[in-house]
Amino acid sequence: MDFTLSKKHEMFRTLFQEFATQEVAPMAAEIDESGEFPWVTIKKMASLGFLGLPFPKALGGAGADTLAYIMAVEEISCACAATGVVLSAHVSLGAHPVYQFGTPEQKALFMVPQAKGEKLGAFALTEPNAGTDAAGQQTIAVLEGGEYVLNGTKVFITNGEVADIYIVFAMTDKSKGLKGISAFIMEKGTPGFTFGPQENKMGIRASSTTELIFEDCRIPASNILGKEGDGFKIAMQTLDGGRIGIAAQALGIAQAALNESVRYAKERQQFGKPIGTFQAMQWMIADMGTEIEAARLLVYRAAWLKDMRRPFSKEAAMAKLYASETAMKHTVKAIQIHGGYGYMKDYKVERLMRDAKITEIYEGTSEVQRMVISASLLK
Amino acid sequence: MKIVVCIKQVPNTTEVKFDPKTGTLIREGLPTIINPEDKNALEEALAIAAPLGGQVTVISMGPAQADYALRETLAMGAHEAVLLSDRAFAGADTWATSYALAKAIEKHGEFSLIFCGRQAIDGDTAQVGPELAEHLDIPHVTYVRRIVSLDEKYVVVERALEDGYEVVESTLPALLTTLKELNVPRYPSASGIVTAFDEKKVAVWTAETVGADPAKIGLKGSPTQVKRTFTPSVKGTGKILTGTHKEAVQQLVQELRAKHVV
Repeated sequence: MDFTLSKKHEMFRTLFQEFATQEVAPMAAEIDESGEFPWVTIKKMASLGFLGLPFPKALGGAGADTLAYIMAVEEISCACAATGVVLSAHVSLGAHPVYQFGTPEQKALFMVPQAKGEKLGAFALTEPNAGTDAAGQQTIAVLEGGEYVLNGTKVFITNGEVADIYIVFAMTDKSKGLKGISAFIMEKGTPGFTFGPQENKMGIRASSTTELIFEDCRIPASNILGKEGDGFKIAMQTLDGGRIGIAAQALGIAQAALNESVRYAKERQQFGKPIGTFQAMQWMIADMGTEIEAARLLVYRAAWLKDMRRPFSKEAAMAKLYASETAMKHTVKAIQIHGGYGYMKDYKVERLMRDAKITEIYEGTSEVQRMVISASLLK
Repeated sequence: MKIVVCIKQVPNTTEVKFDPKTGTLIREGLPTIINPEDKNALEEALAIAAPLGGQVTVISMGPAQADYALRETLAMGAHEAVLLSDRAFAGADTWATSYALAKAIEKHGEFSLIFCGRQAIDGDTAQVGPELAEHLDIPHVTYVRRIVSLDEKYVVVERALEDGYEVVESTLPALLTTLKELNVPRYPSASGIVTAFDEKKVAVWTAETVGADPAKIGLKGSPTQVKRTFTPSVKGTGKILTGTHKEAVQQLVQELRAKHVV
């Protein structure tokens, strides 16, 4: 057993840290306030190959692996969690399903431009009445003369409107429940495919979240991903991978909370000495550091299992559950360490706490992760 | 066009910590980086080579771990990398180092330009570049802040001086030492890192490989003798006097009187 990163991964880590510090961090507070999508940063990330990190070079990717990719999400999220989720949703949810389930033609047409960073991806499963209960899908797709006709609405779609390519789930046979769900590749600009307004969110405010609306939206029959009825399987396997990305995002947020807390505890003076000399602060920081390290081991191990092509569903759920709850718990503590200043928007920890909350909700709530984990343990 | 870039792996001095008791550097676990101005040298070489379909070779003399710095240059886009590494090179001063580099460059073959960073942040000598040019018997220009023009025979550069710059034309092949004002070094790309570790190799050359004279390398080949090292005493910070010239001069005279200087 060896916990040392390879030299290659060390170089990736350094690159991601430098990029995050120099390109991402300087604008994080401003775009949190304005809600402006970080196009400038995303284009820089694209030019450096970050948007195709885990995909083979032959398919337009960087030829790296899941571990390098999740380190990118971690480091970028440590600077700006909104930018981190754009990367995670694009790679894990947008491009990966086409990479894993697509035909060679679909990969060439849709996934290669995504891996090259020329086109942004998104994933649309959630509906107003179908969140955790995926079988409640009301979007329907009907095959009519060589085309599928889609009708329905998706909500809370990360990268909504900014993405070019969407993986959309719809019922092709309602009578079959989960086995009646199919997955489709949709392009922005298809007639009948429109977007709702930007959601006004608590955190990750610079990321784009919109409704997708399909009204008699016709796509070629060849845009089905897998076969009719494969949708639920594709969604679940895609989310297994996506959870490692969100776990890494949560890990980055938690690490940022620790970094800020350590710095503040050394600087802030009360009773004539730095507050870091008081045991009350020391214990909070010790717990923070310990639990973040535990989260990191879970996240990296889930990524490693995926790279080894071993089962990783349970481990991804554990990583996402633990990392997101660690992020939530310790961003609250980080504000406590900062006292009144931490409650003010002038300090980064205020944003960290708002950003952390979503990691316990999207790509499967903490409750769903516990369902996945317990189902695996009790089977 | 064939371009050679010489780099040095140095301790990251922005992360240097001192032992407060002994006043010495804590070297253990100190991260290393490519010497910053050497990165400017590489950036310039890559930018020149790209449109011409040129070839950029990076050479470094150092211990085995300098392999990592050379991989980084490959990740940034260098075409090949050579590590000049041999126990016999240990203890080299700038003269012995530049001799070894010259032998490596001779072995590597034809070139039009050599780029070196102005100086390394751990030694600050600024000697290796010019000495290397002397060993190779080619012209050199130091402190290059801008390349004005380049063709097959000549290069014209702006050379920074303390209070201005001069424009210098040189025949090729030539050696240029670079300042950080020259450019902004690129990031390595993600696929470049994969290339550097999984697809390319760093060639390792010894003193024997390059045919270096054993008497001219390492400690033996180094005329520099270190007499003693010491920590210079900290200089006091200056004081800036503001206001009109007249007011400032008056303040200055007052201060000098108070200190009994005048």
